[in-house]
Amino acid sequence: MNGLGLVKGLALTFKHFFSTYVADIFGGKNSIRRRGTIDADGLFTIQYPEESVVIPEEFRVIPFLVYTLGEDGQRKYRCTACGICSKVCPTQCIWITRMKDPETGKPITSSQEFYIDVDKCMNCGTCAEFCPFDAIKMDHDYRIASYTRGETHIYPKPQLGKPLEYYAKIRPLNYAVEEAERAAKAQPRQ
Amino acid sequence: MTDQPGLDPTYSDLLNEFPQAVELEARPGFTGVVVLTSALIDVMTYLRDRKGYDYLSSVTAVDDFPEDKLEIVYLLFKTTGGGIIELKVFTQRDEPVVPSITPLYQGAEFQEREVWDLYGVKFTGHPDLRRLLLWEGFSGHPLRKDWKEPFYEEEVKPFKTRWPEGKGVRSENLNPFKDNVQYPRDFDPNTYEPDADRSVYKLLESQIPAETGDFKVDHLVVNIGPQHPSTHGVFRMAALLEGEKVLALKPVIGYLHRNHEKIGERNTFVQNMPFTDRMDYLSSMSNNFGYAITVEKLLGVKPPERAEYLRVMMAELTRIASHTMAIGFLLNDLGAFFTPSLYALEERELILDIFESVAGSRMMCNYFRFGGVVRDIPEETLKSVKKLVEDRLPRKVDDLDRYLTDNEIVRVRCEGIGVLTAEEAIAYSASGPILRASGVPYDIRKVDPYSIYDRLEFDVCYRQHGDVYDRYLVRLDEIRQSLRILKQVINQIPEGPIMTGKVQYMVKVPAGEAYGRVEGPRGELGFYVVSDGKPNPKRYHVRAPSMINTTSLEKMCVGGKIADAVTILGAVDVVLGEVDR
Repeated sequence: MNGLGLVKGLALTFKHFFSTYVADIFGGKNSIRRRGTIDADGLFTIQYPEESVVIPEEFRVIPFLVYTLGEDGQRKYRCTACGICSKVCPTQCIWITRMKDPETGKPITSSQEFYIDVDKCMNCGTCAEFCPFDAIKMDHDYRIASYTRGETHIYPKPQLGKPLEYYAKIRPLNYAVEEAERAAKAQPRQ
Repeated sequence: MTDQPGLDPTYSDLLNEFPQAVELEARPGFTGVVVLTSALIDVMTYLRDRKGYDYLSSVTAVDDFPEDKLEIVYLLFKTTGGGIIELKVFTQRDEPVVPSITPLYQGAEFQEREVWDLYGVKFTGHPDLRRLLLWEGFSGHPLRKDWKEPFYEEEVKPFKTRWPEGKGVRSENLNPFKDNVQYPRDFDPNTYEPDADRSVYKLLESQIPAETGDFKVDHLVVNIGPQHPSTHGVFRMAALLEGEKVLALKPVIGYLHRNHEKIGERNTFVQNMPFTDRMDYLSSMSNNFGYAITVEKLLGVKPPERAEYLRVMMAELTRIASHTMAIGFLLNDLGAFFTPSLYALEERELILDIFESVAGSRMMCNYFRFGGVVRDIPEETLKSVKKLVEDRLPRKVDDLDRYLTDNEIVRVRCEGIGVLTAEEAIAYSASGPILRASGVPYDIRKVDPYSIYDRLEFDVCYRQHGDVYDRYLVRLDEIRQSLRILKQVINQIPEGPIMTGKVQYMVKVPAGEAYGRVEGPRGELGFYVVSDGKPNPKRYHVRAPSMINTTSLEKMCVGGKIADAVTILGAVDVVLGEVDR
């Protein structure tokens, strides 16, 4: 019959429309929390920035450098300036200057300068994946809009540094695995 | 020579048929035959008419700089299934001329234009040899090895300036004009008309039929795009109209061109993986898949079982996400403004959530590595995939079916529109849902199984009419088949490692060539990679299904109404990131 398809289609949109109210009225407190998830029925969106979705652990934006605080309050970066991240970076947006021993002039395992051009960075996570020292990791902070571009988007080392505790907070599972590996390595051979 | 073990018997037939003109490729790691330029048309005709190689998969070229040699590579298949036939033609680098095979295989039209554009090879007998991706007046042919881009840094990555000296380069700083745009004194942007446009219009106007009858007919040239909501991106259709009827239509592409292949040749093998995401940005996992299996062919590694299952799982989820989106946006083009496409986007969101928790990013997944995948799937995510596949998605696909399939408006607007017969679809090298909607049951997962598809149970979806409605139905059927595959994958996924060996940042790829292809959501997604043993690929070519499917766009639109051209383009389901690369 002509028009039956239209009616069927409209019934579906009406169902979608009303199920939001049904979910809100009968779903109790959790109804809003279900929006945007597998259990959602009806309205699917949430009100950003008042609400925001839960970010999974593997989520990645812009790399950061992990450091620990020494006893004197100095940042101790894990980075050894081996250069693997800058070699593997697909957009070549990382550049590193190796630190040199002031007396002998020989390179030592620490970076003098470390820059990331975040305009070029494509958040692929390759640097974090191939870093052998767990020194560079991907961040979770996606609110990085700024008023200027150009030179301000070249992040220097102090801006890139984030404490180990922060890393442990945003990626607890990865952190636990890495710490276990470290502990196993640190143990003297029997 | 002809009775080499493992050689496709077609090759020995070719050698016997054309003893003077054809010889086997002698270089180690390379396959196929080398054909003399003068005999190319004869060999192609023989293969098409006598041997059944009716499907031209791709035409591309390889630059052998500093040798004075360009190779034109032709890859052929049978639509009845079977292995690849690879032909090569050698020509010199200055003034290369090769006969065009477009009269034999219409699907070569855009690809030969692309080779002309990027390599400067003249195809004699080509009906319309203009630049495809770059503009007329562009200086040089950029895929040649001795061509250098503006702000050229170094031949290959990694650039030596980055470490240990630490010198970054911002190309903005190298630009003499900085942020300012300046014109030469005698240049007036208001009156400037690029040559390319004029040649398109001239081409269209040449299609105006001779005046007959008593009435004078006014013809109109209309540009749809490049900025138009129905073109799904920056895509332009220049159409010649008589009233509402389309007399001729020329797709104009390249607005999003960034020379993915040149970037790919500057990159190392590993660095290319995230770039493949950015081609067909709606189905990045499929792109990863194609590139990974191609380089694995060169490396000779095989991923472990669990990784294979994860790969298939991600590829099929991608297919569902992409097809629901294609259906939704087809309805947008019909005028059902955004209600169906937002319903489709809801389901896609949930699939992207899975990608995010597995790969870290919703669209630019960068999940595959040579010999496995980056990381294992978390237990929780596997559960939500299970829930999605077994409960929610079948329900929602049925909803979509109920919502749209019998809708009178959808049927009136889609049935009998943009018809492509099976012969035409094959001749135009169409692939994916377009080919299958025309009644050719050609699915690479079945005819040339890769990964674990030979073990999984699923049907090839195809329809007979070859119109827009059948393309829609094929996509709907394919979602259901993907769900069927996913159910098997989830139930059978074994425990175990996800990577063969240790993943290295500098992969040693032995010299040779490989063509790997997967059935992407849009069709045959092929990667042709040539390695010369260095850390960077010597040649990295992508057979982009979206681009090759647009070759048949003119055929489908001519004779129809201009409003249907929009629908037809929606049913081709182009992703401009992949069309232009």
